[in-house]
Formats: sequence, C-alpha cells, structure tokens
Amino acid sequence: MSAHAPSVAPAATDKPAGRPLSRGWFGGLAVLLVLAIVSVFTGVSDLSPVDFLTGTATDRQWLHLLASRVPRTVAVLLAGASLALSGLLMQLLVRNRFVEPGTVGTSESAGVGILIAVMVFPTAPLVVKMVIAIVTALIGTALFLRLVRSLPPKAPVVAVPLIGIMLAGVIAAGTTFVAYRFDLMQTIGIWMQGDFSGVLRGRYEMLWLLAGMGLLLWLFADRFTLASLGQDHARALGLSYKATLNLGLALVATSSAITLVVVGGIGFVGLVVPNLITLWRGDNLRRNIGWTALAGSGFVLVCDLMSRTLNAPYEVPVGTVSGVLGGIVFLGLLLTGRMRTQ
Amino acid sequence: MILVSGVTKRYGKTAVVDDVSLQLPRGGVTAIVGANGAGKSTLLSMIARLLDSDAGSITVGDLDVATCDSRELARRLAILRQTNDLQSRLTVADLVGFGRFPHSGGRHTATDRAAIEQAISWMNLHDLRDRFLDEMSGGQRQRAFVAMVLAQDTEYLLLDEPLNNLDVAHAHAMLTTLRRAADELNKTVVIVVHDINYASCWADQIVAMKNGVIRAVGSPREIMRRPLLKDVFELDIEVVELRGHRIAHFYLPVPICANCNSANEACCLNRGVSEPVPLTLRPQVAS
Repeated sequence: MSAHAPSVAPAATDKPAGRPLSRGWFGGLAVLLVLAIVSVFTGVSDLSPVDFLTGTATDRQWLHLLASRVPRTVAVLLAGASLALSGLLMQLLVRNRFVEPGTVGTSESAGVGILIAVMVFPTAPLVVKMVIAIVTALIGTALFLRLVRSLPPKAPVVAVPLIGIMLAGVIAAGTTFVAYRFDLMQTIGIWMQGDFSGVLRGRYEMLWLLAGMGLLLWLFADRFTLASLGQDHARALGLSYKATLNLGLALVATSSAITLVVVGGIGFVGLVVPNLITLWRGDNLRRNIGWTALAGSGFVLVCDLMSRTLNAPYEVPVGTVSGVLGGIVFLGLLLTGRMRTQ
Repeated sequence: MILVSGVTKRYGKTAVVDDVSLQLPRGGVTAIVGANGAGKSTLLSMIARLLDSDAGSITVGDLDVATCDSRELARRLAILRQTNDLQSRLTVADLVGFGRFPHSGGRHTATDRAAIEQAISWMNLHDLRDRFLDEMSGGQRQRAFVAMVLAQDTEYLLLDEPLNNLDVAHAHAMLTTLRRAADELNKTVVIVVHDINYASCWADQIVAMKNGVIRAVGSPREIMRRPLLKDVFELDIEVVELRGHRIAHFYLPVPICANCNSANEACCLNRGVSEPVPLTLRPQVAS
C-alpha cells in the first residue's frame, strides 16, 4: 500500500448501475405497465380490451372503465409507491431496518384523526378528514421520534421497533376505547382496513398529492442520505440535522395519512420493499427512489390482483393479502440472515 | 488560525475540558496527546461545533464557530470523529462524494468530481470504490471516511484517532497522506493520537492534555521528555533518540530494582546505586 505514490485517477464515469433510472428500471416499468393493464381489465363486470380497441365498447363500459377500473389501478400504483418510499425514508432516518410507518404509531395516529373527524365533523368532505389525520399523524410521529431519541445510545436494534409497536398499541387502544363507547368500531374498522374496492373517480384524486411528496423526496434525497449517517457526520458537513430529520418524518407522516384516509392500511409494503431494495442497491436514497417506487407499486398491484381473483367474485381485503405475502418475504429475509441490524 | 480561549465543557460537575486556551497556527500537523479522558476528543468536537461549549469562545479563521453558518464552516474545516459504529450501506465512492456536500449540495460539478477522484487516489481506494461500507473491515472503512474529509477540501482538517483500526502499514500510509496534505496542499492538520511516538515522529507540534487542561504545547523535542511524559501519562517512560526522533519506550516492562524489588522514586535505582534487572531475571524468579 502506498498512499503517497500518486496514481492516475480513472475518468469519472457513471456506471449504468449508478444511475437512478437505468435500462433495467425501464424494463421493470414495462412489466408494471403490463400488470396495470391486466389490473384494469380484471373484475366482476366483463370488460375486454378488444372492445375498447375496436370501438365496440358501450357507453356503460366506457363509464365503468374510466370511473372505476382506471382510478382503482392508478390508486394502487400511487399508494404502493408511496408506502414503499415512506418505509424507505423512515428506515433511513431512524437508522433502523425494522420500522415502517405502519408499525411505529404513525398510521394509528392518523386513525385518531379519522376518529376525531368522524365524531366531530361527520359530514365534512374527505379533504377535511385528511387534514385532521395528517395533523394527528405528525403528532404521533413526533412522539415516536421523541421516544427513540431518549433511548440509550447502546440500545439493541430491536428497541426502536419495539417502542414503535408499544406506542402504536397504546394509541390503537385509546382509539378502540373511544370508538367502542360511541359505537363507531365498525366505521373505524372500515376506514383503517386497506381496500381499493371503494376507489372511484372523484374519491381518490387526493392520492396525486403523493406524487408531490415523491418529488420533495427526490429534491431532498441527498440531505436525507446524509442525515442517515448520523448527527455528527451530518453536522460536520454543514447539514442542519434536526431540520432535515423533521422534514423527512413530516413527509412520511403526511404520505401515510393520505394513503390511510383514501385506501386504508396496507401492511408490510413499507417494511419488505425497502429492505429488499437496499440489500441490493445500498443506502443512497437518490439511487433507490425509482426502484423502490416501482417495486412498491408492483407489490401492491400483485396483492390487489390476488385480492380480486382469489375468491372471485368476492374480494379478499388487499391489506390481508399484503400482510401474508409481505410476512412471508420478511420471514424469508430473517431466516436467510439477510436482515441487517442497521 | 484556530483560536481557542477559555473554553470549558462540563458534564454535571466534572469539567471534561477546563478553561482551555490554545492557538493553532495555519499549516503543519498538530497532534493532541493525553491519557484516556483527558478531554482531547471533546476539545476537537467543540472546535468543530459538534459540541457546544459551556464557556469561552472558539474562532476558525474569521469564523466564530458558535454563531457562524454551519455550511460555511464546513467549507473551511472538516472533522472526522471515530467511526467504529457506523454501518451504513453506502459505497465508498458515494461516501467520498458526500464530502462535497458543503460545496455543491449534491449536484456534483467537474470540480467536485476531480476532488472526489483525488481523495480516492490519495487514500488508495480505487479497488474498493464500489464496495458497500458495511461489507468492509474497520480499517478500510476508516480510510474511506478519511477520503471523505479529504474530498471536502478544507483549510483545516481535524481527525479524531485516524489511526484507529489500521495495521502498521496503513497507519504509516495514513500519516504519510496527512503529512502530504499539510506540506503539499498547505492544510492545517490536527489529529488526536494515542501512540505518542507517532506524534513525536510525524507532527510539527504536540499538545499534551491531562484532566481537561493543557499541560504543555511544543515541538516533539520539547514534549518528548521523560519528566513531562510521566506527568501527563503517569508512567515512567524511557525516552531515547533514534535517527533524529525521540522515541518513548513504553512497550518495555518497567525496570525492577535488584535491591528493593520495586520501581518507586525512593528506590536505589533512581539514585544510581544499583542497575535495573531485566524482566526475565527478576529476583523472585531467579531465586
């Protein structure tokens, strides 16, 4: 080893694997689009792509396509990408691979907001309920962050998700207590359960806000990656660590609340997709955004297709399918020793 | 110039750094030495605004570290604290690239890329550039982090125990690189080292700390003296001259007196009455 021997630096070229959007990614996108088309033409009433291409489709069929099938598929894609990206960002900022918004109290806090909205403003439009849910999700996430910060520095890795699960449990218990008292158990249950069957034109458009969240994530990607190196390294490089952390977790909380209000809770997407992606591609956020969004969309799309076909013409809730599929992948990661501790 | 005046850091009632004043001129390599808990790392962290001080002021050039813009300071001064705990899954090239954050904020310009390549080349990390940090040894990771602060391209370079985890060859290469950064690029390098002989042989100036205060500041020749080392480290260490450098022989067993079987100051050994006995011929073993 001779660090002092000047060596010729190779030209700084970007490798294909280094670019955020590579040829492989566009291949993945093509597969996703095919799946999306399959999804659009899967369902109880019989729609065939041939009818639409040859122009023999009736007005009723057009209405069905544009008011129900396409919105549903778009909602699946947006929600899937957002869930996976939220999980990725949260794991990065909390520096723990075992967390996702659904297991640390963020979703449960948004549920508190939904309960408040249902009780106090039962007739308010969806956007009002969403704002309330975002506010409570922000508060719950801040509470989680506060608890994590008070952990001793040498606390074991599982302490962070454990605290999250405890916090989520306490919040959920409170929600259940109030909902039970006011006979709202079923209402809350419907809100919280992940389900795309209620997605219709006019009822899902707020999910496009998630695309805006994704854009913010892209803009601040380097700062978030830098923050993931920890407070000392971040501050040494002139990053305001706390502001970055707060911004990132606010993004996570807001996205989670939006998804929860529109489609409900879908577990394990935010846990397994980021773990698979970072295992493969590392922790550089900017490089992972494209693949994580793609994989999250694909995962939820497959879950939603299964939820519609497993027990047709009835639907299995998509959250149930994602829980089983995601759980299997998660256990697989654990049992093969691929879950990393940090 | 780094100017530290009357700086104090307390944890509870204990002052870890106690009313320290210090002047570090531009250029050269300064080594901070001292026993564990002497306050070396704390002082370094306060100079680099990673820790707030409880009293006193610190300026780096014309910047007051307590009030200046953090990113502005990051373009003048780089710090590397001990990195043993970090398990991030970034590639070496990514990590070194983050050294350019204070300058460009993430979008790398041609200048940034040149600085990154130079840093990777200085730390001889070409073969490792696409490896993930969490799949490397502690020493390799240490070199990657030093490359990151080199890429930051600052006038001041503060390194807390940069020789940690490094074998002798890599430690030697690291010191060569730091020396080169001071001599060729005119950087001001401040390091915390545990091995006083590295400080003696490679630094221009040594700062010796004990119990939160500075005991002595001077050239290696001035600091590497037996009574001073005994005061700072509370160990009687023989100092010898080797090719123009002073070497403290703290690896040797403390000599034992043949007469009184001890090595305290009152012993006849110190009065020149008897000769020290090597470890293998200690009286109790011989008899």
